[in-house]
Amino acid sequence: MPGSEWLKNHPRLLETIYRASQSVLRLLYPLLKRIGPGWTARVFVWSEEVSKGYIFNCQMCGQCILHSTGMTCPMNCPKNLRNGPCGGVRQNGHCEVIPEMPCVWVQAWQRDAQLGQYSGEIQLLQPPVNRTLQNSSAWINLLEGVDAQPASGWASIELEEMDSASV
Amino acid sequence: MTYLNRPLPDRYQRPLYPNSRLERVLRSGRFAVTAELNAPDSADPEDVYRNALALAEVCDGINATDGSGANCHMSSIGCCALLARAGYEPILQVSCRDRNRIAIQGDLLGAAALGIQNVLCLTGDDVSVGDHPEAKRVFDFDALHLLRTAKIMRDRGVFLSGRKLTTAPRFFLGAAANPFAPPQALRHLRLAKKIEAGADFIQTQYCYDVPMFKAFMRRARDLGLHERVYILVGVGPLRSERAAEFMRTRVPGVHIPDAVVDRLAKTPKKQKRAEGIQICVEIIEEARQIEGVHGVHVMAYRQEETVAEIIQRAGILPRASAGGRQGARSRARLQE
Repeated sequence: MPGSEWLKNHPRLLETIYRASQSVLRLLYPLLKRIGPGWTARVFVWSEEVSKGYIFNCQMCGQCILHSTGMTCPMNCPKNLRNGPCGGVRQNGHCEVIPEMPCVWVQAWQRDAQLGQYSGEIQLLQPPVNRTLQNSSAWINLLEGVDAQPASGWASIELEEMDSASV
Repeated sequence: MTYLNRPLPDRYQRPLYPNSRLERVLRSGRFAVTAELNAPDSADPEDVYRNALALAEVCDGINATDGSGANCHMSSIGCCALLARAGYEPILQVSCRDRNRIAIQGDLLGAAALGIQNVLCLTGDDVSVGDHPEAKRVFDFDALHLLRTAKIMRDRGVFLSGRKLTTAPRFFLGAAANPFAPPQALRHLRLAKKIEAGADFIQTQYCYDVPMFKAFMRRARDLGLHERVYILVGVGPLRSERAAEFMRTRVPGVHIPDAVVDRLAKTPKKQKRAEGIQICVEIIEEARQIEGVHGVHVMAYRQEETVAEIIQRAGILPRASAGGRQGARSRARLQE
């Protein structure tokens, strides 16, 4: 079993695993939900805690954007930035708050360049975290479309931009 | 299509006569000067005014810090309200460290009602570097969420939740940029993201490394960012090589090249202060020549009295135009 650091330094592989899991779960989830939604949610949460917890030190924010951040978990940033890095990165590329830890956002930008389909998504403006999704399953939130619903004020500007872009 | 190649939006399409005096100065193509006011550890308004007086004669805007370095001081909104009342042009600094989205939006409305029109949106230094390292860090928002939320309140007249405001605030929105922190080669992309989020102006971290700043500006110009946002370069006088050493090791995000520290170390003790001011003046003179630099932001921590001298010596007064095509373009726009 490769170590989590090794995996994180091979974001392209993680991206492939992510895309494969997504296709499988998209097929399986409706069936599992029909069998038992409560049971399904518990299994998803548990398996995410174990797998993503091991690989990414997942903080269970419930709105996973790993593929937009070079397969590096932004919730490991002590400032919880969703659009990093901050201006406090040390000259050796380490975190302002935890000097012995490399800045997760510096790593994210480097790893984003190594991705395939999702490379460049790190330039997207990520909305504020929905704290009500904490400790819920990010996979279920993704499949149900819950995590793609930002606050309606936030969405108002995105709609405006779509209008002006289509003109 | 991403925001990097979308046609020019915003800046020139906003009302021609905005409320913010700082915005008017920048739009006129003049080289703007802002300075940082160190919020006092005091409940006496006179302490704010004393610090402001030293800055006011040379500044188009005065930044009131929001718990700078995660240390407790008078609040930014308190300082700004006092400054606005006295007729100064305050710039409210808002950090995401201490307040969640409910408090921040409430403060933005309160600030607008008190006559504060410029807001600098910051992530904020972490609590661990300040005088209350045991405090709870909030960081409900990051700086880009804050920028975009302020823009939503201004342009759409709603809260983040979508609930309507009776009267929308009229803000001139600022953000910080640190061209000197890793990954330096990608910092212009974060600048682009801040412009996308809503930044109208930028105040940079302390610049002591002009070649590094030039490289950043070149990459920003390649994306046309200098035409989408006003950039004010951050500078500050160093008192001695010890102060420089303290800043680059203890203050997050400050990069000072060895050459600058050595130059101060070689200077006789009595002349160190003057030498620090001289270095600062030289940096302003050099940075002014860079296309896309629209002004200077002086951060003279506990040395407010030096700001006027720095600005005078840098030859910015009487007011000259911003360098490069940008200044000419802004002037042409104004005459239209």
